[in-house]
Amino acid sequence: MSHLLEVSGLSAAYGLVPALHRVDFHADRGEVVGILGHNGMGKTTLMRAIMGYVKVTGGEIRFEDTSVLGQPVNARARAGIGLVPQGRQIFPNLSVEENLQVGIPGKAAVVAQTVEEMLELFPRLKRLLDRRGGALSGGEQQLLALARCLCRRPKLMLLDEPTEGIQPSIIDEISETLAALTQKVDITIVLVEQNLEFIAGLSKRVYAISNGVLEKEIPRAELTDSRSVSAFMGFTA
Amino acid sequence: MDYTLVVALEMIRAIAWLVLLASGLAIIFGMMRIINFAHGEFLMLGGYTVVISTNAGVNEWVSILILAPVVVGVFGIIVERLVIQRLYGRILDSLLATWGLSMLMMGGVTMIFGNTVQGVSTPFGGMKIGAYQVPIYNFVLIGFAVLVLVAIWCVLKFTKAGLIARATMQNADMAEALGIRTRWVYMTTFGIGSAITGLAGGLLAPVTGVVPTMGMNLVGQSFITVITGGASVIAGTLSSATLLGTISQGVTFLTGPVYGDAALLVTALVLLRLLPQGITGRIFKRSL
Repeated sequence: MSHLLEVSGLSAAYGLVPALHRVDFHADRGEVVGILGHNGMGKTTLMRAIMGYVKVTGGEIRFEDTSVLGQPVNARARAGIGLVPQGRQIFPNLSVEENLQVGIPGKAAVVAQTVEEMLELFPRLKRLLDRRGGALSGGEQQLLALARCLCRRPKLMLLDEPTEGIQPSIIDEISETLAALTQKVDITIVLVEQNLEFIAGLSKRVYAISNGVLEKEIPRAELTDSRSVSAFMGFTA
Repeated sequence: MDYTLVVALEMIRAIAWLVLLASGLAIIFGMMRIINFAHGEFLMLGGYTVVISTNAGVNEWVSILILAPVVVGVFGIIVERLVIQRLYGRILDSLLATWGLSMLMMGGVTMIFGNTVQGVSTPFGGMKIGAYQVPIYNFVLIGFAVLVLVAIWCVLKFTKAGLIARATMQNADMAEALGIRTRWVYMTTFGIGSAITGLAGGLLAPVTGVVPTMGMNLVGQSFITVITGGASVIAGTLSSATLLGTISQGVTFLTGPVYGDAALLVTALVLLRLLPQGITGRIFKRSL
């Protein structure tokens, strides 16, 4: 059976500065794939290249057996790729409800139904519906960014450092919500993170990325052992 | 009493005038951050559309309400595709490009129609308030100013298209990731802003007449109103037009039109010194 997402030999650059070098990995339906790396190692670039923001200089990205190279970002989104970007990128002057509604295709009844479903999944957002997106805390914005992405019912969700700058209680909430989501819905997640505990708790497979090169897979059994991860990543134990 | 009523009516007409001049620009500059220096020429194009089509036998109201916005709206879409789409996020470049466009339009219209004032009759005639005669068309201008603001507000607040436009103008990259074709949104928004400008030009033509250089006189007032109002399209335009229109018309009645125009400029200068982000940068922040 073919993979939902297959990235092969992917290279990308910002102008003349190379950022990714021949990256190969895949994600199957329903699984969570983690990519672990320090700041500036190419995690976000990889997410942005898959989504279509960054110029790809070589290799291939296939989604559901179709090459998405050359497709604009909006076409990839409509094909079923969702992005929760680093820094959340909430629309600051739209209300929470409007942030959720904006990407939902279909008629008003469908929009209202989808928002309802998201509020069931993220009950903390219920009391914030009329609040401006820009007025939320970082954690609340992260929940909103997740809910906003899920509103489009993506087949693949690209999650870029969802725990960055978030208080621990919300990190736990995000982790539990994502774990429950993968049980309930047929969704594939590619998660890039620096938070070892978070990525280990959710991911079936974890790769390390360093200087734009995707290193070999970190065996799952070794993820809970920080000394083993250090060997891959150079993290301090 | 009659005089007070006439002065009040003239103030409201001055506010409506500024609202009509500035509404299209509030969308193009306030929302999209494109400095359209050809805004005055878009107004001129709306005016010429009305004069030419009316003189060719088309009903004056069809010319004003349909032809002027359609012609200028389509022209705006063409300009957006050919010029503006390459200039988003490049404010200075957009200023230079649209300045060039402004001169091109002025020169082109002068070559075709000559540098003489042309006009159409003002509909409806006048009405008496005591000893004073007031054009009924002033009420039409006031009515359409209200209608334009209400229509923009309703579209932005209650329609999916308005929501998508607001989201795109706030963060186009993120809107793309939600499946929104932002190029299409930009093009449509610019086209709608242009169409509103065309409608304004058409409505003003019976009062001002048309001449190729008319835009130069109007673009300043339009920009002052939008910049003084700040980023909010409705609240900004309405609050600054109310303030500037009332003060300039009040001074005009007390002294004369030259001092009235000067009062408008001085008020805008003082306001922008006190409120650099415009009125809605400090108050009515959450308004549309």
